[in-house]
Amino acid sequence: MSDSHPVDFNSYVRRCAFIFTAVICAVGLMVCVSYLPHYGWPAKVAMILAVASCNAFLVAGFLMHLLSEKKMIYTLLAFTVFFVIGLVGLTVFAMNDFPTGTQTH
Amino acid sequence: MEIPYTVQARPDTGIYNAKVGIWLFLASEVMLFGGLFSAYVLLRVGADPGTWPHGWQNVTLGTANTLVLALSAVTTLMAWVACKVGQFGKFKFFHACTLLLALTFLCIKMFEYHDHLTRYVGDESALIDLRAQKDIKETELKIPRSEIKDMQNYGPWHNDYLALYFTMTGLHALHILGGSIVIGYLWGPGRKMWKTDPQRFTNRVEVSGLFWHFVDLVWIFLFPVLYLT
Repeated sequence: MSDSHPVDFNSYVRRCAFIFTAVICAVGLMVCVSYLPHYGWPAKVAMILAVASCNAFLVAGFLMHLLSEKKMIYTLLAFTVFFVIGLVGLTVFAMNDFPTGTQTH
Repeated sequence: MEIPYTVQARPDTGIYNAKVGIWLFLASEVMLFGGLFSAYVLLRVGADPGTWPHGWQNVTLGTANTLVLALSAVTTLMAWVACKVGQFGKFKFFHACTLLLALTFLCIKMFEYHDHLTRYVGDESALIDLRAQKDIKETELKIPRSEIKDMQNYGPWHNDYLALYFTMTGLHALHILGGSIVIGYLWGPGRKMWKTDPQRFTNRVEVSGLFWHFVDLVWIFLFPVLYLT
């Protein structure tokens, strides 16, 4: 949420109505995609997560005002993204790395 | 002792201190939920084909909860905007709406938990994909307790999926509860500050709003991951 710009109540009402409508559409789309009969699981997951990411962009960008934040916040988030990629990426990357002699079933 | 930069922006960061603080906190929260999401991905990808549960959640209730939380994010923002333009009456209205929506979310979640914990497993193999069995009529069986050798409900101890489901949604629900307490405080006893220091009060509303939007963001990913995929 930005504190450096003057605020107009009515423009925020319009913005919120737009965001909420977009979120409803995105949620509806995700549910519809999950019921599509002709796609495999990986394709469905990719489509659903793509829609969820767009949904998250709307909330973070407009409701949290991330699109017009200070450089300090962006720097902090850049570090966060770096560490999250490390956390998730390294875990998944090492998923099949078993020590020699490990029995799997 | 006066706490510095509660209203004025700090010269080196360009923002007031509480805002830096909440963003640092949210960064640590991202790591917390990131760890749980990576655990989910690891177990989901590593599961043998056809063994991961699908369709065990009530999509209608999950969708309803998503919309409830999205609406509460909007009302939180409107509460902050109302403070910014000096309309305290509207702030009270929008924050009350947020509180009611948060309680609605928690009620729906409790109903879902109750449903999981009071349904019992019969033939496990027949329940892997419940969505594919929508047309099958449910029948109620009454079995004497003395004839039951083994009985399990859909609790977190049942399998990896439910363990992660309860951990992730439970942690998220705790965040909703924590956020509701803060919002309730600002709506109730904390609103006295509006008379003495409205700018600082507005900043408090902003910081609580940022936390609330983060909780909404987490649910935006929890819903498709646990309910739809």
